[in-house]
Amino acid sequence: MGTLLLDGVSKRYGEAVAVDRVDLDIRQGELVALLGPSGCGKTTTLRMVAGFIEPTAGRVVIGGRDVTRLPPYARDTGMVFQSYALFPHMSVADNVGFGLEMRKVARAERDRRVAEALRLVRLDALADRLPRQLSGGQQQRVALARALVVSPAVFLLDEPLSNLDAKLRAEVGLEIRELQKRLGLTTLMVTHDQDEALAMADRLVVMEHGRVLQVGTAEDLYERPANTFVAGFVGRCNLLPGAREGADVFRLTSGAAVPCAPDAAAPGGLLAIRPERIEVAPDPAGAGRLRAMTYLGGRTEYHLDLAGEAIVAVSPTPLPDDPRRRLNAGDPVRITWIPDAARVIPTADAASVTPTPEKSPAR
Amino acid sequence: MGQVRAGPGPDTVTREAVTRMRAAPLSPLAAPALAGPGLSVRLGRLAFLAAVFLAYAIVFAPIVMVVVTSFFDQEIVTFPPDGLTIRWYLNAWAQRDFARGFLTSLQIALAATAIGVPLGTAAALALVRATIPGRGFINTVLLAPLAVPAIVAGSALYMFYLRAEDWLDMDIKATLGGLVAANVLITIPWTVRLVTASLAGLDRAAEEAAANLGARPLTVFTRITLPMLRPGIVAAALFSFVASFENLELNLLLVGPGRTTLPVAMLSYLEFRMDPTLAAVATAQILMVTILMLVTDRFVKLSRIV
Repeated sequence: MGTLLLDGVSKRYGEAVAVDRVDLDIRQGELVALLGPSGCGKTTTLRMVAGFIEPTAGRVVIGGRDVTRLPPYARDTGMVFQSYALFPHMSVADNVGFGLEMRKVARAERDRRVAEALRLVRLDALADRLPRQLSGGQQQRVALARALVVSPAVFLLDEPLSNLDAKLRAEVGLEIRELQKRLGLTTLMVTHDQDEALAMADRLVVMEHGRVLQVGTAEDLYERPANTFVAGFVGRCNLLPGAREGADVFRLTSGAAVPCAPDAAAPGGLLAIRPERIEVAPDPAGAGRLRAMTYLGGRTEYHLDLAGEAIVAVSPTPLPDDPRRRLNAGDPVRITWIPDAARVIPTADAASVTPTPEKSPAR
Repeated sequence: MGQVRAGPGPDTVTREAVTRMRAAPLSPLAAPALAGPGLSVRLGRLAFLAAVFLAYAIVFAPIVMVVVTSFFDQEIVTFPPDGLTIRWYLNAWAQRDFARGFLTSLQIALAATAIGVPLGTAAALALVRATIPGRGFINTVLLAPLAVPAIVAGSALYMFYLRAEDWLDMDIKATLGGLVAANVLITIPWTVRLVTASLAGLDRAAEEAAANLGARPLTVFTRITLPMLRPGIVAAALFSFVASFENLELNLLLVGPGRTTLPVAMLSYLEFRMDPTLAAVATAQILMVTILMLVTDRFVKLSRIV
């Protein structure tokens, strides 16, 4: 049980900067997800916490103890590897018991705790199997139990769901989240999958090119993205170039004036608007034009054209008698949104990085 | 496989052929045109099978010949045999030199394997894991005994042993120590090759997981790395043993009276007699190696490593 503090942690390989001054403060029992495309430095950051990579600069503090220069075995972390990394020559029970054995826990106590951990992940019936005799999902639960059984101060998850098939993914994700909450585990997780991160994490850290672009709750990132990268990476987003013209009017480069949220801090750049916040209605006098409509069962996508600007809108599929069902490609449409749904944000160049203040994660 | 086709390619061809056949009056040429694609596929498969069969025949022919001639009831091998017998086996059994040679070879091969495999494993670990200068050069040197003709290496060792005997004023040639040392040379390339391959395929995350769970480096090595390398090491031991046991050229000059390996004893026998006794001894060796391989395969899947 503990907290995790990253203080200006950096990793350079010669000239190349893999991780650039990452600051992060994870509270007891909180699950924080590092989110970003591959090569953004999220895995390097996780491995620096585990002790497999030594930072070039900065401090890693676990439970108030500076562990920056300690080897992996002397840190109190429990890691679940992307490949699960089970010991192929040991039974499930021996895999789970390994950490306790290393901590010199007596045999009887060890057996009891292994059985308890296996019950927790519902694998008590398979204790004597070898890893290769288990399915991918079961192997992953063994890896979870093996990391949990030693009650680590910090729990580390490296792409925990990436090796599972799509069906299992959501289910296992929820299961891990439930377990993490129940046991109050301080957890740092790495993922490139935004759905995974949004569903599981208390707070998300969006990274790119080794830098933290924004830290915040799922709602923070989705509703108030700090820049275009975050806006585009977390959920889908229409990004329309132009400039603010009044308190709540945005002039698109193509000439059309559209409503936007009043925000003095953001004078210009791009207008970000989520597809599902856009209303589409048939209107012979509408400024927009429907280019294509995609029926996706529960929802329908509208590919729109607004004064030369391509816009995507999504809505729950309308009922059969709705006039929208009779729209055809080329039809004129009215495109509307409430001003607060459209936010003006700066572009994602390095100079404009503005992380959400660390101390107030929940708004 | 060649018969049922869902793809558009062959289907179209067939349909075209059918149309052509309907349009034109039935000629002898029409039938082959219809069977065209199927036939070529079948011919291809046949050619492939023939090639596979031929390859196996070439590989196994010498072994089969040795085994067959060991039962021929005449001294000079001719076809067809006059009759079948097991007297060459009895003769081989009666030759004291073969029995002694077998024991000597066994002793040397076991000792060389016991020394060479740990050394080779350590070398492989250093080559794969450590950042050492001249890694490629060291690798080449360690594999060299496989590349240098054994008779050349044997001659060189012979001369070296003579010099060393002079300097140290002790016997080396034809001693157990001298022979084992020479045979370690044979076992090292095998071990380095096989263990290096195993190491390259080893999931390092398992070692990291162990470290993450509190295992110090030495514990990680003994509890995780070594057991995961076990198949490669077992295979290395097997091949080292066989390579050393059957080696003739390297040991040829290093053996001496009273300490002769089985292959050298067989060569000596050949100088005076030319009967199928050697085929009988060879058959016994083939049997031994086969059993050794089968037993090993029970514990580690050799086909997965080599």
